[in-house]
Amino acid sequence: MAKTVDARGLSCPQPVLMTLDEMKEGSADELLVLVDNEASKENVSRAAKSKGWKIADISEAEGAFNITLRKD
Amino acid sequence: MKGIKNIFAESWGLIGVGILIGILAPLLQYLGNPPNMGICVACFERDIAGALGFHRAAVVQYIRPEIIGFVLGSMIAAYLFREFKPRLGSAPIVRFFLGIFAMIGALVFLGCPWRAALRLAGGDGTAIVGLVGLIFGVWIGTLFLKGGYSLGRTQPTHHTAGWMLPLFMVGLLALILLFPQIPGKDKNEILFYSMKGPGSLHAPLAISLGVGLLIGFLAQRSRFCTMGAIRDFVLFRSMHLLSGFLALILTALAVNVILGQFKPGFAGQPVAHTMHLWNFAGMTLSGLAYCLAGGCPGRQLFLAGEGDGDAAVFVMGMIVGAGISHNFGLASSPAGVGPYGIPAVMSGLLVCLFIGFTMRNRIA
Repeated sequence: MAKTVDARGLSCPQPVLMTLDEMKEGSADELLVLVDNEASKENVSRAAKSKGWKIADISEAEGAFNITLRKD
Repeated sequence: MKGIKNIFAESWGLIGVGILIGILAPLLQYLGNPPNMGICVACFERDIAGALGFHRAAVVQYIRPEIIGFVLGSMIAAYLFREFKPRLGSAPIVRFFLGIFAMIGALVFLGCPWRAALRLAGGDGTAIVGLVGLIFGVWIGTLFLKGGYSLGRTQPTHHTAGWMLPLFMVGLLALILLFPQIPGKDKNEILFYSMKGPGSLHAPLAISLGVGLLIGFLAQRSRFCTMGAIRDFVLFRSMHLLSGFLALILTALAVNVILGQFKPGFAGQPVAHTMHLWNFAGMTLSGLAYCLAGGCPGRQLFLAGEGDGDAAVFVMGMIVGAGISHNFGLASSPAGVGPYGIPAVMSGLLVCLFIGFTMRNRIA
């Protein structure tokens, strides 16, 4: 199941905490994380990799990033 | 330059930035900055407050070009890499007061995390207590973060709003150029200067500004943050930011030894006191305030440079906090804590706990 984490307008560590919370919750095998700054994109990507999730896609639209994470 | 991979945000890039700061900060001391204070964001903002007459502590009055460079260097990097994003609206008034109390705590210890690191690297044993206090304060902050603490979301805004703090820095630069220090005088028209004490010690303007610009540029790219270093290790066991902070300490230590600036001991260290409990508590207050506000004083300057108006409000809070600290006897001196330093730290901790406990529902 895919879930969305909307972390736009939030700065770290909150986007990472929200993403990890969803991962821990366990019902999703795909997460769409929305962030609006480069640092959050880097941090969420780094955290996902460290939890063994794959970054399936990152797209940029209107200054925001949509990061698709998939459980391996 | 958007297509270029951001190597500075990789772990080795961050370590490189830490090493560079570890070299440049002791060199600034060698070239004239105060001992164990090559770079201290809190002290330097306090000196700026003094130069403008927001407080009248005669020994700490100088517009520090490093601070100007930090903001403008970060802004240049943000523009070059298309990361300048004007934004604000995440509880600015709360950030203002966090800035005030962060400064009050920093001036009880006598330094921000950068200076705590430089004090340690210069052999000042009292810095250990301060660093432990900092870690403790950040740790309290992470408990709030885990419990859902949030200052809420920012909103995109006009470029003008993102330019406010950088323009303030340009204004400060104009003031130093228009009203330079007249030898033997403590005042040039509207700017105050120190005749003795830390405020009278500074590297040449062009060097200070150049180093500030370079560090500002690289810190924006690497997201260097001393508070984040501790926070992310506590929260995620992430060594990423911490590796940069540790690289800074170890490099500064080596450079100090080479330059003959390493003088180990506890008593009689430059611009420091030995009231350990209050070194600890002052830094606990600061660490908690930095964590609740999302960045160490340096990081707040770099964020302000990339258009973060909330970080700019925190910076202004710190400058106002410096005025409060020195006008009302809260700041420490080498003799020990000021007459009202202890109640101020207590009040600050209560305010921070109040903010942490009450601002915790995630705003969806």
